[in-house]
Amino acid sequence: MNGSGTSAALAIETSGLTKRFGRQTAVDSLNLAVPHGSVFGFLGPNGSGKTTTIRVMLGLAGATSGSVRIFGQEMPAHLRSVLPRVGALIEGPAFYPFLSGAANLRRLDTADRHAPAATRRRRIAEALERVGLSHAANKKVRAYSLGMKQRLGIANALLMPRQLLVLDEPTNGLDPQGTREVRSLVRSLAGEGTTVFVSSHLLSEVEQICSHAAVMRAGQLVAQGTLDELRRVGLTHLNIQTPDANAARAVLRRLGLEPDGTAAALDGQVSTPMNRPDLLPENIAAALVADGVRIRGFVVEAGSLEDRYVELTGEGFDVVQ
Amino acid sequence: MLHSGAGPNTTAGSEPAGSARLEQPSAPENRRASAGWALFGSELSVLFRRLRTWAMLLALAAVPVLIAVVVRLAADEGGPGGGPPFLNQITQNGLFVALTGLVVSIPLFLPLTISVVAGDTIAGEAGHGTLRYLLTAPAGRLRLLAVKYGAAVVFCIAAALTIVVTGALIGTILFGTGPVTLLSGDTIGVGDSLVRLLLVAVYVALSLAGLAAIGLFISTLTEVPVGAMATTAVLAVVTQIVGALPQLDWLHPWLFTYHWLDFADLLRQPISWDAFGANALLQGGYIAVFCALAYSRFSTKDVLS
Ligand SMILES: Nc1ncnc2c1ncn2[C@@H]1O[C@H](COP(=O)(O)OP(=O)(O)O)[C@@H](O)[C@H]1O
Ligand SMILES: [Mg+2]
Repeated sequence: MNGSGTSAALAIETSGLTKRFGRQTAVDSLNLAVPHGSVFGFLGPNGSGKTTTIRVMLGLAGATSGSVRIFGQEMPAHLRSVLPRVGALIEGPAFYPFLSGAANLRRLDTADRHAPAATRRRRIAEALERVGLSHAANKKVRAYSLGMKQRLGIANALLMPRQLLVLDEPTNGLDPQGTREVRSLVRSLAGEGTTVFVSSHLLSEVEQICSHAAVMRAGQLVAQGTLDELRRVGLTHLNIQTPDANAARAVLRRLGLEPDGTAAALDGQVSTPMNRPDLLPENIAAALVADGVRIRGFVVEAGSLEDRYVELTGEGFDVVQ
Repeated sequence: MLHSGAGPNTTAGSEPAGSARLEQPSAPENRRASAGWALFGSELSVLFRRLRTWAMLLALAAVPVLIAVVVRLAADEGGPGGGPPFLNQITQNGLFVALTGLVVSIPLFLPLTISVVAGDTIAGEAGHGTLRYLLTAPAGRLRLLAVKYGAAVVFCIAAALTIVVTGALIGTILFGTGPVTLLSGDTIGVGDSLVRLLLVAVYVALSLAGLAAIGLFISTLTEVPVGAMATTAVLAVVTQIVGALPQLDWLHPWLFTYHWLDFADLLRQPISWDAFGANALLQGGYIAVFCALAYSRFSTKDVLS
């Protein structure tokens, strides 16, 4: 279930990446493959190790073991040449409250020796414009709402033309309108050829903007690939409408499937997960008809990504550790 | 283990051929990196745009003003002698207000303000969360540390100058100036005595630069700026207490506070540079050791704030 492509086309590649805090393993033998040009969703519930992975990737924290390559270059050894090409939002925005939004961006821009001073003013204005903060450019960040800070954090990631954007939960604290804006921003950046690595604990967000995704659970990678690949691996369901429900169940069981029991099922409805990938739907239909089961409806439902996500990461507040 | 971003840019042409396909016309590696002074300028502007910085400088300026006013009022009533060194000369020459202001501020007020600025250097950025954004900009760990220490030293100079300049001004206003009689008994003109005052300010700033290096190191140990500030300040006070205990006099020459009040040498005719040299050596040692400690700590530190 690997992302397609060779390692030359990978924007980010980690191998055996492990980060321990004392006895706790926050990231465990992570092998990520983020293709160049992809919008890569990094999914996982709170505490599953997404932010820690990003910190290690960007050289903020050292790996306990394993390695990270960005644009094929080892990190953090090549941090100085790699990071100017990477825009990042890590664990939410952070700014000096006593400076204005524009002054905060100016400060961070001077930290990048590759950012030309001559264009600084223009680039800051453009970045603020892009996230819809032009009107608040000269307001002190102390007076910003959480959503405005989040936008300013994204503006910081866009100060220079980037080849890779790493956005850690970029829609946190945004209203629905802001969430939509971030989505369309990510799409337009991806359209310009920027690789976007976006972490989220919300599947819906990833599903709407990403071409690829990886799913984390308790520091471990449990799935990775294109969204279609992930969906395909997810259980497909077969729903049959028939007056001969019990006969249908018997046939399905004979074929090695596990249809739902009578008690839970609706009258005239038989549902079964397609847990035998070799078994084609048309063959099932033929077997049912051959046994005299009258079929009124026969629907193969691709497993929703949501089912898959829940299956991989556990339900609800089932937070690990 | 983690890489610093300081020093000349070595990235140009060092890219493996395989990454050429990823390059865009605007790819940063096609440009030369700037020398990076902009970050130092930005650091100074952030430091001196903070209300806190001005509040501290204002408090320091208040010390000589307070001394001058009190002496002026007392002199009108024919007040008693005694008090800190140089106090008695004030009524004869206003420039001595600056010296008295320094003597009074050196044990506590000055170290306190330096502790705030130096303790805040790294811990303050960590506390705000801005450290992760500076480092991913990337500022470079060595470069950031150098910029932070540089700005702290600028504040040391500003703090010493604040007392000297305000002291000289208020003294001149309240007591007038004239030729100054030095400790050696010689008399020098007003111009020469202003130069001596500036030298004393440099001497005090140098003394504080050692403390700033200690504060910088402590600041790399924590993400709580107030903790780093308090620790540095307590250290400055405790060191002076240790320096006052005769039982520990074997230790005294090694304390960074040992020469703090020895600037009187600069007021002899001809100038005696002995204390200045000894202090420079001592502070230089502290600066070297604690900046090295700060770097060794900070260069491998996990930034998790
Ligand atoms: N500074 C830290 N010290 C100790 N444990 C930490 C630290 N930061 C994160 N962790 C632990 O690492 C795990 C992963 O955290 P994190 O990467 O922040 O998860 P996510 O971003 O997916 O919500 C959590 O169990 C968390 O408790
Ligand atoms: Mg997180």
